[in-house]
Amino acid sequence: MSKTISEKILSNHSGVDARAGDIVVANLDFLMGQDGTSGVAIDSFRNMGAKAVFDGGKIAICIDHSAPSPNMGVSEIQKKIRGFTKDTKILLYDVGCGVCHQLIPEQGHVVPGDLVIGADSHTCTYGAINAFSTGVGSTDLAAGWISGKLWFKVPETFKFVINGRLPQGVYSKDLILSIIGDVTADGATYMAAEFVGTTIDELSVEARFTISNMAIEMGGKAGLMLADKKALDWICKHSKRKPNPVESDSHAKFANVKEYDASKFGPVVAKPHTVDNVSPVEDVAGTPVQQGFLGTCTNGRLEDMRIAASILKGKKVCGDSRLIIAPASREILKAMIKEGLYNLFIDAGGVIVTPGCGPCVGTQTGIPADGESVISTANRNFKGRMGNPNSFIYLASPATVAASVIEGKITDPRKFL
Amino acid sequence: MILNGKARKFKQNDDINTDYIISGRYKFKIQDPNELAKHVMEDLDPDFATKRLEKGDFIVAGRNFGCGSSREQAPMSIKYAGVSAVIAKSFARIFYRNSFNLGLPAIEADTDSIDEGDEIEVDLNAGLIKNKTKNQELKIAPLPKTMQTLLADGGLVEHFKKHGGFKLG
Repeated sequence: MSKTISEKILSNHSGVDARAGDIVVANLDFLMGQDGTSGVAIDSFRNMGAKAVFDGGKIAICIDHSAPSPNMGVSEIQKKIRGFTKDTKILLYDVGCGVCHQLIPEQGHVVPGDLVIGADSHTCTYGAINAFSTGVGSTDLAAGWISGKLWFKVPETFKFVINGRLPQGVYSKDLILSIIGDVTADGATYMAAEFVGTTIDELSVEARFTISNMAIEMGGKAGLMLADKKALDWICKHSKRKPNPVESDSHAKFANVKEYDASKFGPVVAKPHTVDNVSPVEDVAGTPVQQGFLGTCTNGRLEDMRIAASILKGKKVCGDSRLIIAPASREILKAMIKEGLYNLFIDAGGVIVTPGCGPCVGTQTGIPADGESVISTANRNFKGRMGNPNSFIYLASPATVAASVIEGKITDPRKFL
Repeated sequence: MILNGKARKFKQNDDINTDYIISGRYKFKIQDPNELAKHVMEDLDPDFATKRLEKGDFIVAGRNFGCGSSREQAPMSIKYAGVSAVIAKSFARIFYRNSFNLGLPAIEADTDSIDEGDEIEVDLNAGLIKNKTKNQELKIAPLPKTMQTLLADGGLVEHFKKHGGFKLG
């Protein structure tokens, strides 16, 4: 019988004929934790009476959410994590390495056909390279560390078919925000999203990560794409492991299918305080912004930096705004230096902070004041997300963020192209 | 399992995310669940944990409760604040799993008729919510067997200690 990508990967890893709705216990290929969730996982691991992990080479913890530590409480948690990784011989990506969701694919830990869990909701990012990867809580992660397994409810699949060429000034971020605006914040709850079509084929692997990353913002359990030649070339460059590409059968059963014409998309912004509160940039153009943020697991990659730099070149951040930039990894930071982007951003008046999550989760490096508005390339604009419940967060593409900090107000990026 | 308490609702009913349940301001630096619990739902109601909530109360909400991040500190803060269960029209996936992993029931029911302060009795075995204030009965969506097992064992840590691995049947 025909199967979806999710049904195939979960069948391959559980040894049973897995169908949507079934509960399976499946073998994991890789497990990731970060500094905000791993402390609790270590407590659960110890409370379960465990002494050793199943395979230290298949487990990593990334210290990225509050890095370097902004206070004593965080320092204690990070010390606990460092000690644990040493004791159990698991991989540690310490302060400055970058955001977990950039590091895990970039460092070659995940390939097509894999089953991956991460104690971070945006673990769905690796779906862009054809892996079933999903976010879990800390105790689920601890159970995985011990057994190398986790139970899964096999999800139904919501297929998104996107054809056509994105207009100039419109990026994969605009595409996924527009889709979330359409299906809403719980439109794909408990489902795996599958993104296919000529628009996806045309995008770089980096731009695809942006889309898969945000599958969770519509409730999705995974954000899957096909392993085409472009994806396989990218994986070859980053990993020594053998890929095992998986695609849905032509008669596979989809819970829902939606089709979009990419040529009709424009630049959009998600307004406070929900990700599905999406409007064309024209509707909010002119809204003053005191801070711009370029970075995160959504849009902190080299391509994003290049797009923002092309707009900021020879220009200055407006005196009423500030621009904070967090490269998604040390490798990206090095490439920015090599390509001259680092100097370009500094000359424009930008501030470059440690590779990692930057100010996205409100623990450090750029907490807005009461009444201030931020335009950000991140994936969440919840009230208080950046550390102050009395501030306002607008989500947009790197191009829209760059254009907006030049003007000090939300600005259509097409003005600068 | 029979639970009793008052319904506690918020001005925002749908899409109550994990940042609202426990803010990143606290969850990244505080390890003690009892300390975290003092800040539960703070950005929606600063007085919730300190003044409004009584031990055994229920958090009652609309659609997509617990959306957003994977932080287990969200259901942990709710549990340690003394909430006996969350009742919502629907839950986000990761929050739902995390709740049962911690032994906190996440109950799906049509919550429209429940108002702030209503006296509620939840009978998980019978699959019923009794609204004693309004003298109404509401049906609970049946709990999946996996969740029943986790709840009966007292969460995933206890399940692993008891069985030495997954034994969800």
